[in-house]
Amino acid sequence: MSLVFAGIMSHGPGMTARADRADPAVRDPFFAALDRLRSELEDSRPDAIIVIAAEHFANFFMNNMPAYSIGMAEDYEGPIEDPDWLRIERRRIPGNPDLSRRIISGAMKQVDVAYAEEWKFDHGIMVPLSFLTPRFDLPVIPANINCQGPPLTPLSRAYEFGRAIRAACDAVPERIALMGTGGISHWPATPNSGKINEEWDREFLSRWSRNDRSGLTSYSDEETLRDAGQGGFEIRTLIAVAGACEGHGGEIWFCEPIPIFATSGFAGVMDVSEAAAAKAA
Amino acid sequence: MSLYALQKLLYELNRDPAVQEAFATDRETVLGRYRLTDEEADAMRRDDVGKLYILGVNGQILMHFAAWRGLSWDEYIATMKDALAEHGQVRGGIYAAVDGGAGGAL
Repeated sequence: MSLVFAGIMSHGPGMTARADRADPAVRDPFFAALDRLRSELEDSRPDAIIVIAAEHFANFFMNNMPAYSIGMAEDYEGPIEDPDWLRIERRRIPGNPDLSRRIISGAMKQVDVAYAEEWKFDHGIMVPLSFLTPRFDLPVIPANINCQGPPLTPLSRAYEFGRAIRAACDAVPERIALMGTGGISHWPATPNSGKINEEWDREFLSRWSRNDRSGLTSYSDEETLRDAGQGGFEIRTLIAVAGACEGHGGEIWFCEPIPIFATSGFAGVMDVSEAAAAKAA
Repeated sequence: MSLYALQKLLYELNRDPAVQEAFATDRETVLGRYRLTDEEADAMRRDDVGKLYILGVNGQILMHFAAWRGLSWDEYIATMKDALAEHGQVRGGIYAAVDGGAGGAL
């Protein structure tokens, strides 16, 4: 089998921690778009979900920082944040180590990937799961791209990481869902939190929905920091999903600035159907 | 500049309840395990989240720490703004303030 679903969404901790403070006129349609993601994900009947995230020092530190890592644990604990602060109860989330091992082995043919048999989830994975699999019952394979501790992997390699994951998924019988989560423009956890470059976000997501590889990978880190903040480095996760769906286009269902969430709320999917691939060809 | 050591301490505090417990009961011993500058150790002694921000601690590490120390979101943002006014721009890392620290949603 292969990918049965591929999407992207934001993961700001404010989405759960400060949901009550967001303008309902924007928040409610955003959450409705996330619920539509949940519904389509369920309809795709996945056996597992790979979440490509940009973790925030829950597991990896500058003493040994992998550019790319994939989890291979029986289960995962999260959130590492104070549960009362994040408003997500701490729990264990099932993994699938055998499937992880096969995905990692497959991906390694194209990209050098670290693996981890221990992994704690932070808001970057817990917040998306709380919307997508609110019972936390679908086995998760976490994948991380270092977007916090420079030097960072080049965007072109993030696209290749996605292609490698796709090839690995193509080689296993399970039905795999893929979700990329990360910010577009934002200046999180700074005095400027809430600053959002809406125009930049829309341009980036337009490139994403066209799966415009050269457009997606043309940003320099200096430009991203200037125009989209340090949070913008997380576009690597979204670019990886585009790479996994090379030859397919997608749709953005929602994108609006929600300052109290520190980012634009966004949700989108790639059309991973065979018909879409044939059309693109 | 031992920003690396300071961030490592915070990283280990954020993810390990055993380190948190040790920090709560005998903070000096925990601080002594890391090669901190006097300024960094002092900020840690005083739970001075604003100063830690100025010293260059990655925002993601600092946000988790601030939550653990009981700062509400608004207090956390306000603390960073106050520190920026008192000490000037962030001295390291990638989380420097822009626009003079203005704006942002509390």
